[in-house]
Amino acid sequence: MDRAKIKRELENLAAAGLPAEPVQEKAPVEVQAEGEAGGKEKAKKAEEAPRKNGLIETEYAKRGAHLDVQINPDQVVRAAEILDGEGMTLEMVTGVDWIKDGQLEVIYDYSHAGGQLFRVVVRARVDRNKPDIPTVCHIYGGANWHERETWEMLGINFAGHPQLEHFLLPEDADFYPLRKDFKP
Amino acid sequence: MSSLAQSHLRETFELNIGPQHPATHGVLRIKVVMDGEYIDRAEPILGYIHRMHEKMGENRTWNQFWPNMGRLDYLSAIAYNHCYAGLVERAMEIVVPERAEYIRVITAELNRIQSHLLGFGAYIMDLGGFTPLMYAMDEREQILDLLESVTGSRLTYCYFRFGGVYNDIDDDFITGTRAFIKRFRPQIPIYHKLVTGNVILMDRLIGVGPVSAEMCRKYGATGPVLRGSGVNYDIRRNEPYSVYPELDFDIPVYKECDSMARYMVRMDEMVQSCRIIEQALDKLPEGPVMAEKVPKALKPPKGDFHFAVEAARGTFSMRTVSDGTNTSYRMRLRSPTYSNVSLFEEASRGMLLSDALAFLGSLDPVIPEMDR
Repeated sequence: MDRAKIKRELENLAAAGLPAEPVQEKAPVEVQAEGEAGGKEKAKKAEEAPRKNGLIETEYAKRGAHLDVQINPDQVVRAAEILDGEGMTLEMVTGVDWIKDGQLEVIYDYSHAGGQLFRVVVRARVDRNKPDIPTVCHIYGGANWHERETWEMLGINFAGHPQLEHFLLPEDADFYPLRKDFKP
Repeated sequence: MSSLAQSHLRETFELNIGPQHPATHGVLRIKVVMDGEYIDRAEPILGYIHRMHEKMGENRTWNQFWPNMGRLDYLSAIAYNHCYAGLVERAMEIVVPERAEYIRVITAELNRIQSHLLGFGAYIMDLGGFTPLMYAMDEREQILDLLESVTGSRLTYCYFRFGGVYNDIDDDFITGTRAFIKRFRPQIPIYHKLVTGNVILMDRLIGVGPVSAEMCRKYGATGPVLRGSGVNYDIRRNEPYSVYPELDFDIPVYKECDSMARYMVRMDEMVQSCRIIEQALDKLPEGPVMAEKVPKALKPPKGDFHFAVEAARGTFSMRTVSDGTNTSYRMRLRSPTYSNVSLFEEASRGMLLSDALAFLGSLDPVIPEMDR
């Protein structure tokens, strides 16, 4: 496993995904906010805005991960290929509902299978109204159950998944219990 | 695969194993497509005991979530306690007193021994031998009594707190634990004499259920399954937490990749756990068992936190997303047998049905932990 190589490749991947539409769309909105409100409010807004794509080196002792990278949803397969090539294992796939941003986040936790202490978190955000993301099942067989669970709990559609059927919930469940607007 | 399967005469039928079948160790159902005596496809079906622990994590305060930790893997609940404690302590940057960390390790390793003992007894019972379960239960009872005296419960432990443990151990516990180790050590060779050398057991386990290291990596399998495939990986060593780096113990690894290797890893781990407990008892420092100034209403800072421990069945890890309030925004529980059993479908293809059950037992599934 080559830590520097993983970092470099994921950094490039995140940078390649940066000039996507959301950034360009957002630019005029920010200018407007600057004109209307004071600096303090602007800073608060910037803090609450969803995180931009990119790689952050996190402190393991504080966060439990070494690298934290956010990429576009269509890049998760490439990220899985990079990490697979370096002997990493996919430990879990999960999701978070960011209802305020109108987004769902998919989180992939990777660790090194050979026993070196290196944890990588890959995350991607999808639109809440159209939560599509490609599956990584063909690279990591273990992603099958994790993605299936994430689909039924949060309604994230893993395109290309062989069996998106109910798993832990009853067969007739027509709700996504881990979404924040779920009412029992 | 059988020659029949490849011929045009191929005729398959469906068979349900479980959800009420003793060999599935609980309410696991396996839908099997059989081709004669051989398995064409075996699909584990989960969810019979799903309780939505992750949602409970979102609508309870951090302290209120404690009891849930005893109800995931009911056989190695203390390791789960350890993970949750570690997670929130990492987020809040709480420093735990050394005595508390030693007590955590002692109880966690006692818990690991009793989990492996039941795993051993139940596994041999799956294979048709009833007597070893009685031997295992006899020893396990001693551990449950010891843990009951200090934690207050026999199975669903809720013993740790953020910043330490809620109850200090006393001299009775220490002498009792030492006496138990002394009594238990000579038992393991008896188990090996009684069970491991048995020719029927060897025929049923050796070479059955091959799981390569590469397959473990692809499926995220950990614990004895991974170590039975020749990979020296143990969170206690590779991602040290608590006071494990100060203790001297070996990680048993077997290269055979079969059910026997996984069985042997568990047997050897019990010996190593005894070593850990003895050393921890020797080194046990004096002092408090709770950190000072741990706030009653916890509000960890915003952000993502991750913590992993080595439970009896492999890596248990938790990821929480905190939004700075008194409840978690998202609580993710990654249970080891969920990943371990997910490789069953691929690994059992073309296997004899009776071999597949011997293989499933060697994965040592605990259903409440898979379903959460």
